[in-house]
Amino acid sequence: MTRFVMVADLRRCVGCQTCTAACKENNGTPVGVQWRRVLDIEAGEYPDVSRVFLPTGCQHCDKPPCMEVCPSTATGKRADGLVTIDYDLCIGCSYCIMACPYEARFKVEDLVYPYEEGATAADQARTNPAKFDGVVSKCTFCIDRIDAGLAKGLVPGRDMEATPACVQGCISGALRFGDLDDPGSDVATLIRDNKWFRQHEAEGTRPGFYYLWDKGAL
Amino acid sequence: MKQMITARLQKYWDLRAAGNFIGGGTGTGLVMASGLGAALGLDVTVPLLAGLAFVGLGLSMVWLEIGKPWRAMHVFFHPQTSWMTREGILAAPLMAAGAAYWWFGHPAFLAVAVLLSAGFIYCQARILRAARAIPAWSHARTVPLILMTAAAEGTGLFLVIGEPAPAMIAAALAMAVAREVAREVYRLALSRDKAPQGTLNWFVRPEVRVLQAMRWVSMALLAAGLFGLPLAAVGGGVLAVLTGWGLKAIMVTKAAFNRGAAIPRTPVRGRDSSRLVQQQ
Repeated sequence: MTRFVMVADLRRCVGCQTCTAACKENNGTPVGVQWRRVLDIEAGEYPDVSRVFLPTGCQHCDKPPCMEVCPSTATGKRADGLVTIDYDLCIGCSYCIMACPYEARFKVEDLVYPYEEGATAADQARTNPAKFDGVVSKCTFCIDRIDAGLAKGLVPGRDMEATPACVQGCISGALRFGDLDDPGSDVATLIRDNKWFRQHEAEGTRPGFYYLWDKGAL
Repeated sequence: MKQMITARLQKYWDLRAAGNFIGGGTGTGLVMASGLGAALGLDVTVPLLAGLAFVGLGLSMVWLEIGKPWRAMHVFFHPQTSWMTREGILAAPLMAAGAAYWWFGHPAFLAVAVLLSAGFIYCQARILRAARAIPAWSHARTVPLILMTAAAEGTGLFLVIGEPAPAMIAAALAMAVAREVAREVYRLALSRDKAPQGTLNWFVRPEVRVLQAMRWVSMALLAAGLFGLPLAAVGGGVLAVLTGWGLKAIMVTKAAFNRGAAIPRTPVRGRDSSRLVQQQ
């Protein structure tokens, strides 16, 4: 079996937003849609304060609440753990947005591009309007890169051509991707050898996004 | 240490979505009140048809909300787990049963319409319950609140457009009291279970205080109606409906804060140690 997951090492993330830019560039998301985000979270009170950069987006849950509520079956889940959206089935009801505890989903009524004159040639080359026009979209873990890479015999997470753009772009090596069920993969090793948490664990969604916070197994 | 507040108000469901819960609640409440009215020997033609119209109007509001309205039939594709699909599936037979009672007058059709109405409003309540991004909706106490609100609105409106018979006034008062209890239990539960502060703040805002006062006036007028003042009961019915609409409009569009991002621990960096983080 294969279970693709992402690991974010919070000790290494410097909040540079390169992953955000890489995602935007790779997926051609319009204004108002940001599949990969890095939140700048503060905690504590002066002088005992802490600042944490938290990469986030679709957590590709084992039990995705978005899929449960979707009335059109547009949201699905593959055997390798990737949660998908069929843009031809989606009716844009936004119910999945209300069900996702991770603010990972977006809907835009009107496509807007960064420049007033409309989509540039580069935007047009990258963007599939069907993905964004009146329907809900979210991070796919760059499913097209994964599938194209697998077809070439590449290993997602090891071979960058078959790895999500955010992971490829990460300058500090904080983001890692791979198959959790492969004991030799980077993600399996990191999760085994470090302390980690997942967001909103109490919701029982079993996210496929692990945050490392210290060395040593849990 | 405490984490900064990251919960934000959802912006995707607006008054059009709230309109579905308003129309669905009042409509199904009216159909169920019509069932009671028929059992009491009252003429329920107008309330029943108005109830069906409210349900239809609410669903039309959803149609205006969705991004791909011409794919609306896709809503029926997922009855296995989606309460939105289940709500949609019940709508057509509910309309048919109500129309059949109006046309043929056989009480069996009304009984079916009442049952389907109960199912429809239960689906609406579960739609909110399944919205796990929004603690103010996904709480278990949301379900009784939505059901009681529908019952209070339906019986209240029946007094306005149907016959304000004493038994119906008593039912409207009982439902209004039940709604108030459900609302208070809901409020306490959200506070106890640490709903986002943005949600809790709404319970003390002036608009909500006014709505609360209107609900108490509504109950007082309904009680007065029981003592031979049918006009007071009609006024109480109007307020019961309007306050229900206000409650749902605020619940859907104003108090619907999401969970926000949450970190239970800070990472270890350099010589610093990790700290436990509490959510606000």
